[in-house]
Order: sequence, then C-alpha cells, then structure tokens
Amino acid sequence: MRLPKFKQSSVLPGFGLTLGLAILYLCLIVLIPLSGLFLKTATITWGRFWEVVLNPRALASYRLTFGAALFGAGVNAIFGFAVAWSLVRYRFPGRRILDAAVDLPFALPTAVSGIALTALYAPNGWIGRLLAPYGIKTAFSPLGVAVAMTFIGLPFVVRTLQPAIEDLDAGMEEAASTLGASRFQTFRQVIFPFILPAAITGFAMAFARALGEYGSVIFISGNMPMRTEISSLLIVTKLEQYDYAGATAIAVVILMASFALLLAINLTQWWFSRRLGRSRA
Amino acid sequence: MRANALGRSDPSWLRALLIAVTVLFLGLFLFLPLLTVFLEALRKGLATYFASFTDRDARQAILLTLLTAAIAVPLNLAFGLVASWGIAKFEFKGKNFLITLIDLPFAVSPVIAGLIYVLMFGAQGWFGPSLEAHHIQIIFAVPGIVLATMFVTFPFVARELIPLMQEQDTEEEYAAISLGASGWQTFRRVTLPNVKWALLYGVVLCNARAMGEFGAVSVVSGHIRGLTDTMPLHVEILYNEYNFVAAFAVASLLALLALATLIAKTALEARLESRQRAKEAVDMEIVHEY
Repeated sequence: MRLPKFKQSSVLPGFGLTLGLAILYLCLIVLIPLSGLFLKTATITWGRFWEVVLNPRALASYRLTFGAALFGAGVNAIFGFAVAWSLVRYRFPGRRILDAAVDLPFALPTAVSGIALTALYAPNGWIGRLLAPYGIKTAFSPLGVAVAMTFIGLPFVVRTLQPAIEDLDAGMEEAASTLGASRFQTFRQVIFPFILPAAITGFAMAFARALGEYGSVIFISGNMPMRTEISSLLIVTKLEQYDYAGATAIAVVILMASFALLLAINLTQWWFSRRLGRSRA
Repeated sequence: MRANALGRSDPSWLRALLIAVTVLFLGLFLFLPLLTVFLEALRKGLATYFASFTDRDARQAILLTLLTAAIAVPLNLAFGLVASWGIAKFEFKGKNFLITLIDLPFAVSPVIAGLIYVLMFGAQGWFGPSLEAHHIQIIFAVPGIVLATMFVTFPFVARELIPLMQEQDTEEEYAAISLGASGWQTFRRVTLPNVKWALLYGVVLCNARAMGEFGAVSVVSGHIRGLTDTMPLHVEILYNEYNFVAAFAVASLLALLALATLIAKTALEARLESRQRAKEAVDMEIVHEY
C-alpha cells in the first residue's frame, strides 16, 4: 500500500522554499509567542488560577465587558440592518460616501476614536450635554463602554449583511408578491431566513471584536475598578504591577471566549450552508 | 416605477424611514466623532494647532510610528507574497488549517498580543535572563514595539492575496514555465501583475493598522517620552496630561491617515470590482463561443 502523498506534483517551482519560509515566519511571529501564553498558564497552580479568574474584581470586569459587548452587537444588528438595506437597495444622494464611511472604525486608530467619543459624550460634550438634563450619564459609566463597543463593531455587521442582501434572489421576492404576500410577509418569510446567517455572523464578529477592545474604551470608561473596568484593562493593570501570572490567567479566559466565538461563527456558517443546500436540492 | 410592479421595492414611507435611520445612525456614530477630532484640534486656532507639532516629543513619536510601519509593513508584505505562492499555486494536505493559522492574530485581542511578547522577552519572561546577560532590550524598547505591530498586522496582505490567487488558476504560470521562463520570472511577469491591486489593498490596510495600533504597542512600550512613544501612545499621554489641543492635534494627523486609507480603499475596491467584471465578461464570451 502506498501512503497518500502530502503534495500533488506540479511543474511550478518554489513550493518548498516559499511554504518553508512562510511557516517559519508564522511560527516566529505568531505561534511560538502565542503558545508561550499557554505555557505560562501551565506554571500556575489550579488553585491560584481560579482564585485570579474568579476574583470579584475580575468577575465584575467580565460582566461589564460581555454585557457592553452584547449591547453594542445588538444595537449594531438592528441599526446595521437598516444601514445595509438602505445602502444596497436604495439610491440616494450621499450613498457612496456613507458606504465608504462604514469602514471608518477599522481605519481610525482606536486611541483617536476613544478620545473623540469621550469629548462627545462627556457631560460638557455635544451629546453629553443633551443627555445630562435627563440624568443619563454616558462617559465614565458602563453606557459609555457600550457606546465605544457599538462604534467599533459597526462595520462588522454592515459588511457581512451587504453581500447577503445583494445575493437575495429577485425571483423569490417577486413570486411571493405575485402570490399575494404583503411586503411585510415577504420580508418575514422570504427575505429574513436568507439573511439570518449573515446577521448572526456579523453579530458574533462585532461581539468578538468588542470583547478584546481596549483603545477606544479606556478613555470613555473612566476605569473605576468593579464598575467601569473592562477585562483588557485589568490585564494591563496586572502587568503594570508585574503580576504576570494574574495577567496571563485573565488573558486566557478572554482568549478562550474569542476562540469559542470564532468556532461558533464557523459552525453556524457550515450548518446554514448545509441546510440551504439541502432545501435547494 | 417598474420595479414596484414586480414587488421588489419598499413603500416610499419605509424607504424614507430607513434612509433617515441610516443617515442619523452613521452621522451620530461615524461623522460626529471624526468632526470632533478636527474641531477640538483647532479649538485654539491654527497657530496653536501647528505649534503642537514643533514639540520634540511629538516629532519623535511621528518618527517612531513611521519607522515601525517601515519595518512591519514590508516584512508582512514579503510574508504575504511568499505564503500566497506556496498556498495558492500548489495542492497539499492541511492547506485550510494553515490558512486558519494565518488569520489567528485577528482573533487575539490587542492587549493579549502585547502580553505574549512581554511573556517571551520581558525581564521575567522566557528569554528575559539571557537577553539581559547580553544587554539586549526588547520590551520597553523599539524592537518590542515593532514585534507587537508585526503580530497585529500579520494577516493583512496574505488574506487579500491567498483567495485571489486561488481563484486565478495556474494556467498562465504553466504557460510561462513551458515557454522557458524561470520561476522568478514567472512570478514577476505573470503572477504579480495579476494580483497587484489586491496587493496594494492589503498594504494600505496593513499600513493603517501598523501606524494606528494602540493596545498591543501600549503593553510593550513602557511609555518613555521621546523614546518608545508612538503617535497613538503620544495622544494618550497628552490627553492624560489634560493637554487636549495637542492630543487632538496629533490625533488629527492619524484621522487624516484614516481618511486617506478609506479613499485609497474605496478606489482600489472599484478597480478590483471592474477587473472582476471584465474577467467574468471574458469567461461568458468563452462559454458563448462553445
């Protein structure tokens, strides 16, 4: 019996050289440093690990980080749909500029968005001043963290929904309407099931990004332990106190949450594509 | 409108409502923060604005940011080219797994990206003692800043090139090789021209992130003014010293970079799309002739 070959033969040269160099660089920059994080965790005893990870201050930081990230992703799922739908389906003046601007949170350095949002939402800022009479405090409160996380998650939802809306089958919508469905029924029963996978993916990507966000949040949050301290900041605080083990333990929790989300995104996409494939066949 | 008769368009009130929501939401979350940066920077007039850049520490920060990008971007560009040739032009086992590993830095939060280098090269890190013995400093020094930047910008070029090169089959390369071209000539004359816009697109995004990275760099920098201070870190220092005009002045340079990035990105996307359409049209023609 012959072993299955690792690589199919090709007349093109350079496979060993290019792939070898690429893997070497990948190992040096990404894989070895990243595995150092898990090795470091292995040097901490279980008791110590749980003590750091389940410390009240750490728990408060997870609650805030996960809660605000969920809030931001939710706001983006709703408003991001309106944005994506308008940009794809309607033609109106300024559409192209708005479309290009959606990527601004990707392009703008997070420290810049952080101080800009703080200036806007602080009690004497343009928006903060409008909200203050109603007793709504945005900057230096958990709501401010949610605002920053909404800002950075926006492009993820819009950019995943746009292609899904473009790919909608015109014939199905027309058929539904011809058969007497109202526009709302068409949306609920024809359009919605087809864009749901993209909406879930965009939501999860925005959520995952918000979990690890640092720069745009730390200015607006005020960074009070137990109240407005996000997990990323707790990692930095522990590092500044030379508590490497503590920082590593919290980092492992956040990293595991991000990886689990990524896995969930891939599984959702795989599951939906299989389901859609079967219903079409 | 005809489209209305076909049942694909929304009632005009809904249209108006959704467009209004879009404009308000994007106005509130994108345009207002961007506008704030420039208004705050110019709050005390142009003279004060420009005076912010005569400061020695501000200049050092700008130079360090340029230096960091000048190292990180070409290295990641070289990696992108080498990896995409190896991955897209050949069939081998474990290819998808390798592509997933390349995307890994995007799943790691910036602070953790900095932390892993501190664990490697910091005073208490794996290589800390031996680095110290040789008087080499990586953490709280420029090499750490460059490494952390390389990590966070690692996938940008590769992830633009790999899917595009996979889409374009290897026939053109086979033709070049069978006509006697060397591997390098084939790459330079055939492959590179086919992917040049995607390559530029990846470089633009990579550069924006390299110059703007905050979290990862913040962890490894040590915040030494004039020495290990990049532009985003300098913004933080000035802001925390309540020197708001100067903070927003440096921030406005980064905002201009972001605007230039968005313009370049939009222009390149239009180019990539028209190329794609032209290619599809040619494919259709070929199908037609058969």
